[in-house]
Amino acid sequence: MTAIDRALPAMRPVGVRSSPLAAVAPWLLGAAILLALPFVFPSRTGFTIMNAIGINVVFALSYNMLLGQGGMLSFGHAVWFGLGGFAAMHMMVAIDKLALPVPVFLLPLVGFAAGLLAGAVLGWPICRRAGTPFAMITLGIGELIAAAGLMFVTVFGGEEGIKGDRVVGPMLFGLDLGPQGGVYWFIAFWVFAAALAMWAFTRTPLGRLSLAVRDNPDRVPFIGYDPQRVRYLVFMVASGFAGLAGGMAAVNYEILTPQIFGALTSGNVLLMAFIGGLGAFYGPILGAVLIVLMQSMLSDYTEGWQLYVGLLFMGLVMFAPGGLASMVEGGARAVRRGDWRERAPAWASGALAFAVLAAGIVLLVELAFRAHGGGALRLAGLTLRPGDAMGWIIGIALVSLGAGLLRLLTRRGHDGDTARPA
Amino acid sequence: MEVVVFSLLNGLLYGLLLFMLSSGLTLIFSMMGVLNFAHASFYMLGAYLAYAMGGQIGFWPALFLAPVLVGVAGALVERYGLRPVHANGHVAELLFTFGLAYLIEEIVKLFWGKQPVPYRVPDVLSQPIFTLFETTYPAFRVFMMVVALLMFGVLWLLLKRTRAGLMIQAALTHPHMVGHLGHNVPLIFMTVFGIGCALAGLAGVIGGAILVTEPGMAHSLGPIVFVVVVVGGMGSLTGAFVASLLIGMLQTFAIAVGASIGDLLRLVGIPVAPHGELTGITLAQIAPMLPFLLLVLILIFRPRGLMGARET
Amino acid sequence: MSDLELRALRKSFGSADIIRGVDLAVPAGERHAVIGPNGAGKSTLFNLISGAFPPTSGEVMLGGERISGRPPYEINRRGLSRSFQVTNIFHNMSVYENLRCAVLWSLGYRYTLWRSAAALKDAAERSREVLHLIGLDHARETPAGLLSYADQRALEIGVTIAGGARVILLDEPTAGMSRAETDRAVDLIRRVTEGRTLLIVEHDMGVVFGLADRISVLVYGEVIATGTPAEIRGDPRVREAYLGEEAA
Repeated sequence: MTAIDRALPAMRPVGVRSSPLAAVAPWLLGAAILLALPFVFPSRTGFTIMNAIGINVVFALSYNMLLGQGGMLSFGHAVWFGLGGFAAMHMMVAIDKLALPVPVFLLPLVGFAAGLLAGAVLGWPICRRAGTPFAMITLGIGELIAAAGLMFVTVFGGEEGIKGDRVVGPMLFGLDLGPQGGVYWFIAFWVFAAALAMWAFTRTPLGRLSLAVRDNPDRVPFIGYDPQRVRYLVFMVASGFAGLAGGMAAVNYEILTPQIFGALTSGNVLLMAFIGGLGAFYGPILGAVLIVLMQSMLSDYTEGWQLYVGLLFMGLVMFAPGGLASMVEGGARAVRRGDWRERAPAWASGALAFAVLAAGIVLLVELAFRAHGGGALRLAGLTLRPGDAMGWIIGIALVSLGAGLLRLLTRRGHDGDTARPA
Repeated sequence: MEVVVFSLLNGLLYGLLLFMLSSGLTLIFSMMGVLNFAHASFYMLGAYLAYAMGGQIGFWPALFLAPVLVGVAGALVERYGLRPVHANGHVAELLFTFGLAYLIEEIVKLFWGKQPVPYRVPDVLSQPIFTLFETTYPAFRVFMMVVALLMFGVLWLLLKRTRAGLMIQAALTHPHMVGHLGHNVPLIFMTVFGIGCALAGLAGVIGGAILVTEPGMAHSLGPIVFVVVVVGGMGSLTGAFVASLLIGMLQTFAIAVGASIGDLLRLVGIPVAPHGELTGITLAQIAPMLPFLLLVLILIFRPRGLMGARET
Repeated sequence: MSDLELRALRKSFGSADIIRGVDLAVPAGERHAVIGPNGAGKSTLFNLISGAFPPTSGEVMLGGERISGRPPYEINRRGLSRSFQVTNIFHNMSVYENLRCAVLWSLGYRYTLWRSAAALKDAAERSREVLHLIGLDHARETPAGLLSYADQRALEIGVTIAGGARVILLDEPTAGMSRAETDRAVDLIRRVTEGRTLLIVEHDMGVVFGLADRISVLVYGEVIATGTPAEIRGDPRVREAYLGEEAA
C-alpha cells in the first residue's frame, strides 16, 4: 500500500494568519442560504428535495472525514448511518409509547451516540488494518450488517421496516415538526450544527494528526503518535456523524427499512463525497447537492440518470481527482492571483468542448434506451428515432468532436486548471 | 443421505463457479495490487454477450467468442483507464474499478433492460445426464464442472511450466522485482488483466445460463469473489481453488441444514428456547453472512489467507 | 551514566545476521558518529534503536530504561527521535503544519479533539522557534513537497528535533547535498543538537570528523573500533577495513 495517495488532493494548508472575517464569512453565507431557501422553493417538492439534500450533506461530510481526512476508503459507511437511524427511530417510538419528555428535535443526538458507540465497538477490529485491507473489511462488515438487518425483525422490522411518528413529545423552539416545512428547519439546524462541528474537528490536534496519517502514516510513529489509534478515533467520530445523519433521516422519513444498510447507500455516499471533492471541506456538500438533484429531477426525464452519475464519477476519477471543489478552487486561485482574465478563454473553450462531448454522450445514451422501448427522441423540434442512422451519426460526431477538442486543449496545457488541479 | 449428496454436488458446482471468477481476479490482484471491483461485471458482460451472440451464431461459437471479446474489453480498460489512474495510488485504482462496476451495470441496463433475459443453453446440454435418488442431473452442470476443472488444470500448467508463467509467478511474489528483469511490465499487466477478464467472461457464459442473466448478477456475486481471493491468499491459484470450494460447500450446507442456533446450542447441552428471536435463527438464514464473516476474520487474524505468499 | 546504551544487540533476517552483537554507550551530551562501508548495517542499527523493528536479541537502554521491543511511538515519547535517510516528511502539509504536528505529543496534547490546534499558544511558539532555527521562516505556508531538496532535509531535521527529544538520531542528514548545502546543514545540526545527545550516521568524512566527539566504526554488523576522531584516524584496523579506500 502506498503511503501517499496522490489521488486524494491535499487539504488546503491552513492559513494561520487568515483574518477572523475570512473564517466566519463562509458560515454566514451558509446560514443565509439555509434561511433563504424555503422562501425561494416554498413548494412541497422543494422541501422534500431540500430535506433529502440536508441529510446527505451531513452523511457525505462524515464520509469525507474518513476518506478525505483520514485516507480511509470505506465501502460500508451505510452501517453507521443505518444504526444511528434505527436508534433514533426506536427512541421516537419510545417517546410516543412511554410519553418520554424528550423532544424529537434532539433525536439526531441519539443517532450520533449510537453511531459513535457502534463505531467504537466494530471499529476496533476494522481499524487494525489500513489501505486496501481496510476497504475490504468495511465491505465485509457492510454486507454482514446488511444481512443481519433482515434477520433481526424486532430491531429492524424486517422487510416492512420500522415506522415512527415525529409529532410526539415536547416541542423545542416552538417548532411544529408536522409539515415538511417544519422539518426543514429541523434539518437546516442540524446541517449547520453538524457541519460546524465537523469543520471544528479538522482544526483540533487529532484532526491535524489525521491529515498527517493520511499523508505519511510511516512517519507518524516517530513523532510520538500511534497511527492506528489516530485512525480508530477518526473512524469513531466519523461513524458518530454518519449516525447523526441517520437520526435526521429517521425524523424526516418516519420509516426506515434494513435496506438502508445496503451497498447502494454505501456506494452513494462515496459517489457524493468524491464527485464533490475530497480536498476541500465543502466538496462533499457540492456532491450531495448535485447527486440528490440528479436523483430527484433527472429521474423524471430519463431512465439513464444513474448512468450519467457513473460517467461523471469516472470522468472525475480519471481527469480531475479533486472533484468539483478542485475546479472551484482553481477558479478562486486565479481570481486571487488576478490572472483569471487570461485564463477565461481556456476555461470557456474547455467548457464548450466538454458540453459538446456531453451532448453527444447524452444523445447516444437516450437513443440506446429507446432502442428497445420504442418511442422517438424529440429535441428542439428535431425528431430522432433509434431506428434511423441520423441520430447515431450526430451523436458519434459530437462525441468525437468533443473528445478531440478536450484532448487538444489538455495537450496544449491551456486547460491546466480545470482539468488537472495542482 | 440424499441431502448430503445433493448439497455436495451443489456446493461443488457453486464452488467451481466461484473459482472460475476468482482465478482471474487473484492473478490481477496479486500482480497489480488492484482489487478489481468490476471483476464480476466482466462476468456479467460475458453472460450478456453470449446471450446476444447466441441468438445469431449459436451457443458453441459464442462460448469462445464472448470471453475473447470480454478479454479485449478488459485489456482496453486496463490500457486506457486503469493505467493512467495507476500513478495516483491504490485508492484511486479502487475508486476507478468501483465506478467501472457501477457503469457496466448501467450500460447493461441500457442495452438489455432491467429485467432478466431468457438466456438458455442448447438442448444437447439441458438433457439429463444421470439420475440420482430419482432426481435427474442436467448435463450442463457437469459440463460446467468439467470446464472449471480444465481451466484450473490449464492455468496451473501455464503458470508452472511455461516461461511466461514463471515470470508471472515471480511477479506474484515480488511485484517490484519484475521491472528489473527487463520485461515489458505494462504489456504483462495489460495481458494479465485481459486474460483475467476473459476468464470471468467465460464464467459468465456458463454461469449466466445456470443462474439468471440479469443486471444484478454482478453485484450478487462480486463481493463473494473478493472473499474467495482474500481467503485463498494472494498469488495462490491453488488457494483460490480451495477457498472457492470451501465457501461453496459452506454456503450450500448451511442452507441445507435446517437447524437453528437454538438447536445447535441444545445439541451441545445448553438449554435455550428453540424459537426465540436470536436462537430461532436458522443456519440457512446465516448462510449469506458466512463468507463475509470469514473475510473479516481472515483479514484481521491471518492476512496471508489460507495459502498466500504474502499479506493482502 | 550513558544516555543511550546498546547491549549485545543482534538482528537477523532469516539466516542473514545483519547486526552481530553491538555494544555501544553514548554519554549524555555526546555527539557520536557511526561510520562504516555500505551494507555494514548502519540503517538497521537505527531501525532497531528507534523501534522500527525489534531486535532478535540484546537490549537498547534509554536513560537507564529498556526501550527495545517497544513500538516506535512509545520510544519517541520517552525522548528519542530519529530522522530518515530518504526524506520522510508530510508532503501535502505546510512546513509549519509539519512542525506543529511534531510538537503536539511532547506538549501533552495527545489525541485532543476539544481544542483548536491553532489556539495552542505553546505549540505555536515552539513550532515558530523550530521554523526559525531551521531557517524556513519564509516558507512557513509552503507545502513541504514543494520545497527544494536541501530545505526538505532541513525540515526533516526540524520535524525530528521539534518534540524536544534529548536523544537525536540522524541518518545521513547531508546525503545528496552540494558542498555549500552540506556546510549549512552541519551548522544547523550543531545548533539544533546543542545540549542533546546525538547519534549520527554519515558518509561524508568531513562532516563526521568535524562534528563528532567520538566515532564508532561498524563493519559487517560489528563495531570494530570506538574512539575520538584522532584515535579513529590512527587506528590501523580502521584504516584497513574502511578508511583505506577513501584515504588512499
